[in-house]
Amino acid sequence: MQQFDNASSGDIVFSLADRIIENRAYLSEIDGKIGDGDHGVNMAKGFGMAAERIKGADMSLAEALDTLGTVLMTEIGGSMGPLYGVMFIQFAETIEKAVQIDAGMFSAMLHNGLEGIQAIGSAKVGDKTLLDTLVPAIEAFDLANSDGKSFAESLNILVSAAEAGRDSTRDLVARIGRASRLGERSLGVLDAGATSCALILQSLALGVEAKLRPSA
Amino acid sequence: MQRFINNPDEVVEDTVKGFVKAHADMVRLGNGNPRVIVARHAPVAGKVGVITGGGSGHEPAFIGYTGRNMLDAVAVGELFSSPTAKSFLDAAREANGGNGVVCLYGNYAGDNMNVKMAIKLAAKEGITIATVVANDDVCSAGPDEREKRRGVAGEIFMWKCAGAKAEQGASIEEVQATAQRAIDNCRSIGIGLGPCTLPAVGHPNFQIAPGTMEVGIGHHGEPGVRVEPLKPAAEVAREMARIVLDDHGLASGTEVAIIVSGLGATPLNELYILHDTIETEITGRGLKIYKTYIGNYFTSLEMVGATLTVMALDDELKTLLDVDVHCPAMP
Repeated sequence: MQQFDNASSGDIVFSLADRIIENRAYLSEIDGKIGDGDHGVNMAKGFGMAAERIKGADMSLAEALDTLGTVLMTEIGGSMGPLYGVMFIQFAETIEKAVQIDAGMFSAMLHNGLEGIQAIGSAKVGDKTLLDTLVPAIEAFDLANSDGKSFAESLNILVSAAEAGRDSTRDLVARIGRASRLGERSLGVLDAGATSCALILQSLALGVEAKLRPSA
Repeated sequence: MQRFINNPDEVVEDTVKGFVKAHADMVRLGNGNPRVIVARHAPVAGKVGVITGGGSGHEPAFIGYTGRNMLDAVAVGELFSSPTAKSFLDAAREANGGNGVVCLYGNYAGDNMNVKMAIKLAAKEGITIATVVANDDVCSAGPDEREKRRGVAGEIFMWKCAGAKAEQGASIEEVQATAQRAIDNCRSIGIGLGPCTLPAVGHPNFQIAPGTMEVGIGHHGEPGVRVEPLKPAAEVAREMARIVLDDHGLASGTEVAIIVSGLGATPLNELYILHDTIETEITGRGLKIYKTYIGNYFTSLEMVGATLTVMALDDELKTLLDVDVHCPAMP
């Protein structure tokens, strides 16, 4: 069975933040088509502030996730602040006491994050939101895991499902948030939240995969 | 476009700094939170606090309405983006005189979520936050789905009436009910002629083609119900009045207050040109205009366009509207 150390894995979150900052212009461009174009700007601001605090510090994955979540929740605002803030804080709480993280715990972490989002937002799969990425990604990960696939293989499957979920938003009519005011005019464009969520999951999976080792 | 900006990522910080310096007699920064603006006199012991919050870029909304007989505190968000739950919470703390706080805000996903979280956090500290969500923008949803409509310039009337009511020593339930009645009596519409640009993005994120106008546009450029060829002001004004008044269905003889607000880049003279016809249309339906506000009351960066808000009045709302306020946006 594969697992990784919680301790000193905070750099995974640092890389994740970097990835969001790199995609600042891209995310705002997507958002601008059916929203107000500030998604990339706000995401980069929050993830950048968190990255400053994580940089060089020897943090566990839980501590780094909590740092990121708290910054988003208390300093960013918008829709993404509370949604991603609560997700990362719930991720952190799930793994807080763990020394090793295996696929089972990783799945519990994803589920708790999802539940946090669902507790404050009212979106469902198909509404053209980040849930269209997150929900199928978690389902695919769980399925791969229960099929006996390795942690690494399950992470790859999670990434593919997240990308497919993101792409599915192109053909959806927004039913929630600002883009919902556009009705049919929101068709044909990726959802910015679904896109940033795919980036987050890809980066998280990549970071974890690089740290995996067989359990003793 | 040329702008007066230091750093595109710090537009809000710099705005707030200048604002507080300019209006130090009326407002101050929140303790430990530079994203909260507080009325100089707040909190008043025993008085129900009245707060709001919203994205920046709508100046003088929201911060400009902080002051006596108006808002006790305002949570400040990024440009066009909801303030944090913590800022809403801090605004409530600053405004709380011991009898709770009413939070009056627009119907946007981010605000809904952040206010919801602030309510939970405040409850842990024994602060009750009651809310009223504005939904005066007629074109953002049909009459059967009024709860989905956006809050726009009608919020100003809601703040004004609730602020005056709270000042009279009303309970939290009474202030909430007054705010609810005020916004229920408001209908608004926006017409967009040109887009705006978020400084940090650098280009307009929506387009309004030359020679066309967007009817029913939101104040972040959310598209309206239709795009039409641009018409002379009188025709546009007639259309604005028609949309608002048809939705309102007010009986002849009803007294109303109106706001004709620019969206940031429309000169005052054009607002008066619109108002000339708007007034004729409203009085032509047998309505009486009790009070008129014309100016840049609720803007949208440098969007070209205007909004019309019509509020139906009863005796109490009239009295509350007449109460003098001392805040930067309404001298």
